[in-house]
Amino acid sequence: MRSRFDEQLNTLNTEMIEMGAMCEEAIALASKALTTGDVSLAESVSELSADIDQKERDIESRCMKLLLQQQPVARDLRQISAALKMITDMERIGDQAEDIAEIITYLEGRTAEETVHIRDMAAETISMVTDSVDAYVKNDIVLAKAVIAHDDKVDEYFDKVKCRLIKMIAETPENGEYALDLLMIAKYFERIGDHATNIAEWVIFSVTGEHKNS
Amino acid sequence: MSDIMTAKNLNLWYGETHALKNVNITIPEKSITAFIGPSGCGKSTFLKTLNRMNDLIPSVKITGEVCYNGQNIYDNSVDVNELRREIGMVFQKPNPFPMSIYDNIAYGPRTHGIKSKVKLDEIVEQSLRDAAIWDEVKDRLKKNALGMSGGQQQRLCIARALAVKPKILLMDEPTSALDPISTSRIEELAIELKKCYTIVIVTHNMQQAVRISDNTAFFLLGELIEYGETEKLFSQPTDKRTEDYITGRFG
Repeated sequence: MRSRFDEQLNTLNTEMIEMGAMCEEAIALASKALTTGDVSLAESVSELSADIDQKERDIESRCMKLLLQQQPVARDLRQISAALKMITDMERIGDQAEDIAEIITYLEGRTAEETVHIRDMAAETISMVTDSVDAYVKNDIVLAKAVIAHDDKVDEYFDKVKCRLIKMIAETPENGEYALDLLMIAKYFERIGDHATNIAEWVIFSVTGEHKNS
Repeated sequence: MSDIMTAKNLNLWYGETHALKNVNITIPEKSITAFIGPSGCGKSTFLKTLNRMNDLIPSVKITGEVCYNGQNIYDNSVDVNELRREIGMVFQKPNPFPMSIYDNIAYGPRTHGIKSKVKLDEIVEQSLRDAAIWDEVKDRLKKNALGMSGGQQQRLCIARALAVKPKILLMDEPTSALDPISTSRIEELAIELKKCYTIVIVTHNMQQAVRISDNTAFFLLGELIEYGETEKLFSQPTDKRTEDYITGRFG
């Protein structure tokens, strides 16, 4: 009876998964660039970020078209409006991965071995993004809530990185600039965690109609 | 906002067919309440119980109460003509009387005993103004109403209903026979009218319910399934049947 609309919603879901996967890849590449010091990887993050921007535009216009054509209500309306909010957070994630990559190009090949927890932050945020998009597609509130809870772990790692860097600056003041660059990188990962949390909150809205801040 | 009408355990049968099943609803005054649901769900039948239009159908049996201003309108003591003066109705198809625009409006007041020309002129003008059609017809009040466009005829019917100074206006799919521009005029008019009147509208156009109503009631197979604030009902319906109907999964 509404097979065309369902088909359009499925296409939207596929595109959301693709955009989520692009974000995961951007974070993973930035993290790899950091551990290997490979500047060429940093350049690919920048390209990927541009692709993510384009994906945001595509999904945005698909959502506008659905709003116009189908005049959705109830869960359909929530699913589409949640998608519109989520892609803004995903686009920011792409930008932040790019910001991380840009800092890496200033590190002159140093690979942040002193701060393993930055890598942990990267790993955590990747799984947060994967799970939040997964939760959206599967309408899984439990998974969305798990993502939100996971953000504490990222914040914990961030605090550990901070302590380590304070120590580094105290012990070897000549590493001050390097330490600040690493702090920026860690902060970007921490922000990525916040965006993944936002995505998960929109998933909960999409399923239940309740948003945390309303 | 206080309540103007309440149905309590209302049941209605057309012969053997149980068309309304234990409907309980409270309608707040000076607001727009929309009834939605698939064809045959009982929404129009229920609308007609609110001013006893179903009395005209011989096989109808009704149990339960419909209270208006605290009184059960199915009480023997109720004067049905007086009830229908206070609770007017506008139908799906515009049904002006085959007489002049002026006489269409003056018809109701005249049957209620108003004879003064000055008074009637005043009522005709005010009713036509309230129905947002005065400017279009003021120069041809003596012309036959059947010469008007469909949208104008429908606003004339609204003006005619307003002429007897009702409290409630029941509208049974008032725009389903109209073009989009006439439809939006009637919608704007309904929003304007709710400042002074209570409006209950049956509509097949769900977007119309979203656009103009404060509360929406969803009927299915003679039952009132869900009733609440329109915005809530269309964004977070609580009953799965409501969700399935409004998202086009059946109906």
